Amino acid sequence: MSALGGTVTAAARAPSHLGRPRWLRSLAYWAYRYKRTWRGSITTSFLYPVIYLAALGVGLGSLVNHHVHTVSGVGYLEFLAPGLLASTAMQVGADEAMYPVMDAIKWGRTYLAMLATPLTVRDVLRGHLAWITFRLVTVCAIYLAIMEAFGTLRSGLAVLAIPAGVLAGLAFVAPIMAFAGAQQNDRGFSALYRFGLIPLFLFSGTFFPISQLPRWLQFVAWATPLYHGVALCRGLALGGLGVGPAVVHTAYLVVVVGIGYWLATRSYAKRLEI
Amino acid sequence: MDPSDAFGATSRVPAADGEPLVVASGLVKRFGEFVAVDGVDFSIGRGESYGFLGPNGAGKTSTMRMIACMSPVSAGTLRVLGRDPDRDGPEIRSRIGVVPQEDTLDLELTVLDNLLVYGRYFDLPRRVIRERAEELLDFVQLTERARDRVESLSGGMKRRLTIARSLVSDPELLILDEPTTGLDPQARHLLWDRLYRLRRRGVTLVITTHYMDEAEQLCERLAVMDRGRFAAEGAPRDLIAKYSTREVVELRFGATEPAGVAAALEGLAQRREVLPDRVLLYSDDGDATLGEVHRLGLTPESTLVRRSSLEDVFLHLTGRTLVE
Repeated sequence: MSALGGTVTAAARAPSHLGRPRWLRSLAYWAYRYKRTWRGSITTSFLYPVIYLAALGVGLGSLVNHHVHTVSGVGYLEFLAPGLLASTAMQVGADEAMYPVMDAIKWGRTYLAMLATPLTVRDVLRGHLAWITFRLVTVCAIYLAIMEAFGTLRSGLAVLAIPAGVLAGLAFVAPIMAFAGAQQNDRGFSALYRFGLIPLFLFSGTFFPISQLPRWLQFVAWATPLYHGVALCRGLALGGLGVGPAVVHTAYLVVVVGIGYWLATRSYAKRLEI
Repeated sequence: MDPSDAFGATSRVPAADGEPLVVASGLVKRFGEFVAVDGVDFSIGRGESYGFLGPNGAGKTSTMRMIACMSPVSAGTLRVLGRDPDRDGPEIRSRIGVVPQEDTLDLELTVLDNLLVYGRYFDLPRRVIRERAEELLDFVQLTERARDRVESLSGGMKRRLTIARSLVSDPELLILDEPTTGLDPQARHLLWDRLYRLRRRGVTLVITTHYMDEAEQLCERLAVMDRGRFAAEGAPRDLIAKYSTREVVELRFGATEPAGVAAALEGLAQRREVLPDRVLLYSDDGDATLGEVHRLGLTPESTLVRRSSLEDVFLHLTGRTLVE
């Protein structure tokens, strides 16, 4: 019997999963595509953590430990590793929120293909955001496993560094998706890296406590999401995180994600609902 | 398997009441200050093939994107499949297929994968998508390329794949924005043949094009658009009858064109058009008109008497000036 004939058509037109949110279909696309193209992401999600921890944590760390013995009460590798977890989440998230978004709008026009189907702009955004969230979960989980292999975890709550890292990553993903949705070309992305992400990477407490910074820079660091992500991940991986600071860091990141998502909704609508 | 059987022998039965699939009245699309579509009215019946013809920037694509429920209506009313795109966009889109002006295929995935992921957007069961994908690839003659990445396909193949993809959801209404622009003649004829078969099966086609032969081949009814409005609407043959004469005489005088020859030809035919390289005389009897030209003692370098075409209508209605 022919698939496009009468009987199958009637059966096929009835949605196979009634009530399942539509954005899952957009998520399914990104997952399917990843299944075909995942090899390139191995470097960022597996090799970089190992290289960073080996070079900076073990190599530079032996020098640091020789001079100051401990940083914030632990060895340098233990201090550095959770900060790198949060920073990696930021970088992977930022990457996924820049070029793939521009590609889906402009170069490969995947979003436009989706919008000719039952999916709406909101479904397109949610599905993509859900996909990046999933990527962050895997990246943070791999990182935590590597930290465990290096023997840097000091707390029973360390596994919570995974959601904390994901939250830190999303605090960049959501606003950057809003930004990417408004760009006409990719020039803005390199500026964002140079003037935003790289300074944050260096000055948000990943490599040294921000108490080492001049007072005014401490305030700047305090105002950026990465600092809170690093502090949260570190507190969870090493223990000794008070409930108060934990709530403040989490709340700050949640608010940034919320505002970022709201901006992304507007930016996507303006770009795609024309 | 004969590709024409891909959709089964049972073509859709036109609705008995003949309620139109698309109805627009006073339809407007604005982008800021710019008015792309300036209040058009039309209605497209089930099983019909309807074309939007017009120069670049005439508002064809904007109109199509509104019909495809991908672009919000600025003013006026639009009903597609009896529903309001503003409210029921996802439901309407689940029943229409779209071939956009520029391909939106995933170049990194294979030909088959492109159909599979697209079918999932419609939430069709994997088994159904797989069956249809196989038949559709056969229909557009891409079965041998099923496992190749789209990147490696020629322009014509990509276009055929886009058409196959738009049919995965078995749409009642197929919207094609310049389906054959940029293709070689072989690829165009293959596409026309496939679209003709779809039409015979009862799929309603809405097409934009600036190829007159394409419009004449594929469309039962046409709207000629110019600057956001309809300059004319009707069957190709009726448009020719209404806006042109039966025949056209083309005269070329070459470099030796005598001064005032154009003036001498005034009044010889119903309409005269003077172009840089030739003079066109619109007449119901071309041979008789040509005879009069000779009687005037004029000796054109070359002459041609031909039937009026849609192109004559188009240029008459939208002008010969390049709009950019």
